[in-house]
Amino acid sequence: MVFQRLARHFVTIFVTLLIGGLLGATLVRLAPGFGADERELDLRLNEQSIRMLRQARSEEQNVFRFYLQHLSGLYRGDLGFSRSANRPIVELLEDRLPVTVRSASAGLLLGWFLGLALALPTAMMSSTAYDVATTALSGLVLCLPAAVLALLFLFLEGPEALAIGLVVFPKLFRYVRSLLEDAKAQLHILTAKAKGLGVFRVGLWHVLAPAMPQVLSLAGVSVNLALGAAIPIEVVCDSPGIGQLAWQAALARDLPLLVNLTLLVTLFTMIANLCSDLMITASGAEQA
Amino acid sequence: MKTLRRVALTILTLVFSASLLADFLAPASFATQFRESPNASPSVQFPLGTDELGRDRLSRLLYGSRISLLLAPAAALLATLTAALIGGTAGYWGNWWDRMAVIITDLFLSLPWLFLLLTVRATLPLNVPPLISVVITFSLLGILGWATAARVVRAQARSLRTADFVLQARAIGYRRSRVFFVQVLPNLKPVLTAQFWVLVPTFILAEANLGLLGLGVAEPLPSWGNLLRELENFSAVKANPLLLAPLFLLVVVVGCLQVILSEEERFQ
Repeated sequence: MVFQRLARHFVTIFVTLLIGGLLGATLVRLAPGFGADERELDLRLNEQSIRMLRQARSEEQNVFRFYLQHLSGLYRGDLGFSRSANRPIVELLEDRLPVTVRSASAGLLLGWFLGLALALPTAMMSSTAYDVATTALSGLVLCLPAAVLALLFLFLEGPEALAIGLVVFPKLFRYVRSLLEDAKAQLHILTAKAKGLGVFRVGLWHVLAPAMPQVLSLAGVSVNLALGAAIPIEVVCDSPGIGQLAWQAALARDLPLLVNLTLLVTLFTMIANLCSDLMITASGAEQA
Repeated sequence: MKTLRRVALTILTLVFSASLLADFLAPASFATQFRESPNASPSVQFPLGTDELGRDRLSRLLYGSRISLLLAPAAALLATLTAALIGGTAGYWGNWWDRMAVIITDLFLSLPWLFLLLTVRATLPLNVPPLISVVITFSLLGILGWATAARVVRAQARSLRTADFVLQARAIGYRRSRVFFVQVLPNLKPVLTAQFWVLVPTFILAEANLGLLGLGVAEPLPSWGNLLRELENFSAVKANPLLLAPLFLLVVVVGCLQVILSEEERFQ
């Protein structure tokens, strides 16, 4: 059963990346200005040099050939060359990826901690004041664009991971709270309380534990959220991660780099989905 | 909650009306430059001051609100209609189309939205005329933002497939397309309305992020996104806290939409 699920996930990841890659390659090929090279405007270049530049790009005219070349390069570990950064994309990723992974991981941890820590008391107590305060807090953060949160942290000289955490937190908090509220309304909770079980034990064992599979299913979504938030936050905070790289690539219309980055983030998201699915299966809670 | 919803609706109506009446309420056009008073402090003539090009901030805020408040719902409508078409037909028709729609939807859901948006935006010229940039920005939001809504709509349409009234309509000989448009689609209205309200604040925030990154609506046209760029200058914000007005308005509008949204979810 687990192996079947794993196999299905891997096939889905593979097919998605394949189709996503083809779409990306098509985008690159069909983009206005494809084939144009600003080096051709350099007056120092003679006609032969310009012809060679054009010839180097002529192989990229056919979308499928372009994509097959890209795939064969990928097989050899060559992701292509970034014209805007004038460096191989693999080198750029080696430099930039750890920065984003660090800040996104820290942000995710923080977002999950805040989301769970603030939602859990709703399962343990019924306080209107607490509900209003947490709803207002999460609502306020939800209304702020990620870039504005980044500006705020830049202003306060706070870590950018905190900004990523704050982007993730309200969505997790609202979802988890609604799950816990549903779980709290179950009859067995009332029985547990009537039998004199402590608030803490009821909250952790009888409300949170049964809701865990649904909570864990948010893992993939939260990774997607954190990596999406990384773009404006890294740009504003001048952090040299893949978010900032994507922005620079967008401004320079460096589509091969952008397509690679999009596929990389897609891969991360799908692996996160796979992990959350495996965790749910492993906990055996799904069957329960 | 009803009172809160009414308050939210009133605020939204006021902001929306003010933005629609920008031609009458704004002291000047959004592009008019008062060259003799760049970076002017708030005064009677310029209630929110002027920017570095001498443009009246209040006028730009009113016109910018109009663009954000008209086009974010338009993009949300486009995304909701796409979701209704893809999700609704997939859930109702089933078979190969359902399987294909699920694959397409999952593909869109797996692709990181902002990265995808940047990629598609980068395929289009960056130096387009301002009006075209508005259309491009919001069309992209509408075209790329339908997947989550489609999944919800599909689930609802699937449940309607075996509903009594649908089976009866089929039994008396109505064609499937007629049943879909006359019976199923009207019953999807509550889900579609809720999805529409989910998408509006999402698109407003996405445009704000794109605008702050310089990839949204192009100058001199104002939008909440490019108006927020002034916040990057901390010393100016400290000197003139009224620079926070676009952010305040954005938070209020998105907050009001969240209140309405929570009520929409409750109605479902």
